[in-house]
Amino acid sequence: MIKEYRTIREVVGPLMLIEEVEGVTYNELVEIRQANGELRSGRVLEVNGDKALVQLFVSGQGLKIDDAKARFLGHGIELGVSLDMLGRVFNGLGEPIDGGDPLIPEKRLDINGEPLNPTARDYPNEFIQTGVSVIDGLNTLVRGQKLPVFSGSGLPHAQLAAQIARQARVIGDETANFAVVFAAVGITFEEANFFITDFTKTGAIERTVLFVNLANDPAIERIATPRMAITAAEYLAYEQGMHVLVIITDITNYTEALREVSAARKEVPGRRGYPGYLYTDLATMYERAGRIKGKAGSITQIPILTMPEDDKTHPIPDLTGYITEGQIVFSRDFNRRGLTPPVDVLQSLSRLKDKGIGAGKTREDHADTMNQLYAAYARGKDAKELAVILGDAALSDMDKLYAKFADAFEREYISQGFNTNRTIFETLELGWRLLALLPRSELRRIRDAYLDKYWPNDAAVTP
Amino acid sequence: MGTIVKVSGPLIVASGMADVKMYDVVRVSHRRLVGEVIELRGDMASIQVYEETSGLGPGEPVESTGVPLSVELAPGLIESIFDGIQRPLALIREQSGDRIARGIEVESLNRTKKWPFTPVVKVGDRVTTGDILVTVQESEAVLHKVLVPPGVAGEITWVATGEATIIDPIVRLKTSGGEVELPMLQRWPVRRGRPYAEKQSPTEPMLTGQRVIDTFFPIAKGGVAAVPGPFGSGKTVVQHQLAKWADAEIIVYVGCGERGNEMTDVLMEFPELHDPRTGLPLMKRTVLIANTSDMPVAAREASIYTGITIAEYFRDMGYKVALMADSTSRWAEALREMSGRLEEMPGEEGYPAYLSSRVAEFYERAGLVIALGAEKRLGAISAIGAVSPPGGDLSEPVTQATLRVIKTFWGLSANLAYRRHFPAIDWLQSYSLYADQLKSWNEENLAPNWNQMVQDAMILLQEEAELEEIVRLVGIDALSFKDRLTLESARSVRDDYLHQNAFHEIDTYTSPQKSLRMLSLIMEYNELGQKALLSFAPFNRIVDLPVRETIGRFKYVPEEEVEEQYATVLETLRSQMQAVVAEGGVRE
Repeated sequence: MIKEYRTIREVVGPLMLIEEVEGVTYNELVEIRQANGELRSGRVLEVNGDKALVQLFVSGQGLKIDDAKARFLGHGIELGVSLDMLGRVFNGLGEPIDGGDPLIPEKRLDINGEPLNPTARDYPNEFIQTGVSVIDGLNTLVRGQKLPVFSGSGLPHAQLAAQIARQARVIGDETANFAVVFAAVGITFEEANFFITDFTKTGAIERTVLFVNLANDPAIERIATPRMAITAAEYLAYEQGMHVLVIITDITNYTEALREVSAARKEVPGRRGYPGYLYTDLATMYERAGRIKGKAGSITQIPILTMPEDDKTHPIPDLTGYITEGQIVFSRDFNRRGLTPPVDVLQSLSRLKDKGIGAGKTREDHADTMNQLYAAYARGKDAKELAVILGDAALSDMDKLYAKFADAFEREYISQGFNTNRTIFETLELGWRLLALLPRSELRRIRDAYLDKYWPNDAAVTP
Repeated sequence: MGTIVKVSGPLIVASGMADVKMYDVVRVSHRRLVGEVIELRGDMASIQVYEETSGLGPGEPVESTGVPLSVELAPGLIESIFDGIQRPLALIREQSGDRIARGIEVESLNRTKKWPFTPVVKVGDRVTTGDILVTVQESEAVLHKVLVPPGVAGEITWVATGEATIIDPIVRLKTSGGEVELPMLQRWPVRRGRPYAEKQSPTEPMLTGQRVIDTFFPIAKGGVAAVPGPFGSGKTVVQHQLAKWADAEIIVYVGCGERGNEMTDVLMEFPELHDPRTGLPLMKRTVLIANTSDMPVAAREASIYTGITIAEYFRDMGYKVALMADSTSRWAEALREMSGRLEEMPGEEGYPAYLSSRVAEFYERAGLVIALGAEKRLGAISAIGAVSPPGGDLSEPVTQATLRVIKTFWGLSANLAYRRHFPAIDWLQSYSLYADQLKSWNEENLAPNWNQMVQDAMILLQEEAELEEIVRLVGIDALSFKDRLTLESARSVRDDYLHQNAFHEIDTYTSPQKSLRMLSLIMEYNELGQKALLSFAPFNRIVDLPVRETIGRFKYVPEEEVEEQYATVLETLRSQMQAVVAEGGVRE
């Protein structure tokens, strides 16, 4: 029999202290019922003798401590999962909010998951064609990767995420069972609606599970939302054999909720008031992307975060970058100049690209041309900066060529628009045409054999 | 037997613990999770638990094992992958599937496998700590020497023959305290360094096959190095490259709070790659310790010590061991988290005040030593720690604590990484204090003019940085042709020499001989070019010399063709330059 306690002593912000408890365990789920039937949930953060410190998942507004009863449920916070989740919309705590029937769960899963044995992991190496040149060509995404988008307020990250969700394919595996799990964490109704409309328009909604916590929902509800989404994704991937793309936006809101709880507990803060365990906390979320040996499905994560003040060294992007396998960085300057997507290629990176490209996956010349494009663009940008200060006349002839290359590269390669879907071969060809603006002797990062084979014959034609 | 009174994340406080010692290992709750005592107050003990503590509550039992956290040392270490407290992950997977379940009890080393061994001692020998008892061919690359454990000495009265498991007795010994039987298996507490006879200053480089490291910022065998850098600057690739190509006999790779896929990468790649010196698969000399970032945080703290203790064990056998720890920042964060939960007064950025002494303690366990034992074997541990400074800011406490103890510093630069110059080791910022110690070795083993050439190349790079400042202010036209050629040559050093593609089958590893040839070509070009300028050869012709493209591609020349091609390229360079001079011209 589960005991009910009427010994709630304190409610301070998101925290609640319950006394005279017995048999309470760490991380256990708590249900708080009020006389008027209102139900709240929370989890045990600390138990010390007969005192349990509980973190609420819902706002404490209207909570009256003398008539509230707390029940400890003996298990952690769980999500009921089944295949019927596809096409449904849930709130941040996993309850359906689309007016449909309640979900009949096939099973209930603890949302915290368990660490994955590194020997059970299968190395992600299947190329995903997103149709976006800056990703496919330069920062290749592979199945099972976690590749965040570092954006800023007011930048079109939602458009890029929707474009990827719409266009992502694996060449030669068109029949694969594909699903999207989307978690809106503290974003505005309009932004959430943009995704829902886009998914509906393209029919993707049928294979999408949405978890929505909007900006006006209580901040502390957000703490569970990303883990709800990932738990649903794990079920679809590892038990139903689907290839799941998880989009979580916006991680910044999640970490702020985490900071709120940490501050309420009076913990010693790390940088900028964020708790010292922020890295570990984010890692237990991001690391759940991947592939498992012997399982058909995969989880690819695209978390989106807005960098406060566009500062990449802020703890949220910083710690994320240390965990994830690369990052796609948005540039405000590019956005101002109308480049879509405004991806700053020099700062962006995909760590798993080397295993996902090359002969048999994309094309043999992919790695070399990618390195060459990077090097050439970096030099072209330097030249352009120099020209800004000293004028074009100060540039050597070679630097002028590089500057021209950099311009063409930004215009043609980066800025493709949110509705263009390029195959990887189109992307590679475009790369070659741009490189042909430079003399062949400059292309030292490309093997001779590939230069002979792929150097465009109509090299004189400016793209 | 104690009782839990408080659970707060990985920290547990238990009462009734009066008879335990500091750092004893305890088993917590009915699930028998592994923990370690880190604080004692009266009969209350604070325990850091190496496994997830969800579902634990007051009232559950805590049982002391009476021994400190130790590793098992015996044949079977090589080619294994362990978690932070030396539990074999492959075995865990057999027992609990793809996820790591809690409270699993598995033996660190296989106790049923029979190892054929060769006795080294015979009846009647007097042995003392560090003497070799028997040897076991553990893998094709590693001859495992079973040593007399520390603190044991006596006369051999019986030696086994044939095969034995690691717990079977292999010798009997008459000691002052009576007769003892010794198996191959030994245990050693991880937080205490293994004893040795004498420490020495390192004099030999640990070659890594990475040109920027071997040429400019070498690390010695027995040296300590740190690789700090912001994310995406290639710390892990540098660590992997060292684990692959470093000229060490044993590699201990500690993945501490990093990505799971990186460990998977090592697990899949190392068996395929071959040591350029022995031709054997790299896995045959490697021990892996993986405590990925989603695994419990307290075990991350232990993983570093587990790694270095295993490294010390092989060092005592007389091996040159290289230990990579990726990343020590995550280890420091684990310290911080435990410290916070213990409610200790924090130092900088919430890190405990004892951070720097812990960091120093760890690195000081590396070094070149004469091991205990009659043979006076020379063993070494070279320790290389990655540091992940938040925001790439080197003034943060972990980097600063590390910089005080390490002697080689490979500073990774985000700017180099953005332009895909890898390894992104910043040549102006990095340093190696071993360079002087290694000079004579270089002269004897590489080339008499090597040190001079390296110095000249470094000067070239420094001049480039200064000249670029000027160019940024007044434009390239303001420079003399001499300076402009310096810029060209420096660019060649950067692009054609320092830039090295870890994923290119040939470029990934460069022998010192090949490095020598590559650098000679570039420096020769610079010298001839400057001379040609003095004889009024046209600048543009010198810069556009066709041979420069060949020099740029020299990194892709296979090792066996280096000498032959070097001769040809050098010849071409000289004749082309001569032609330019002969053509002559007026100074533009």
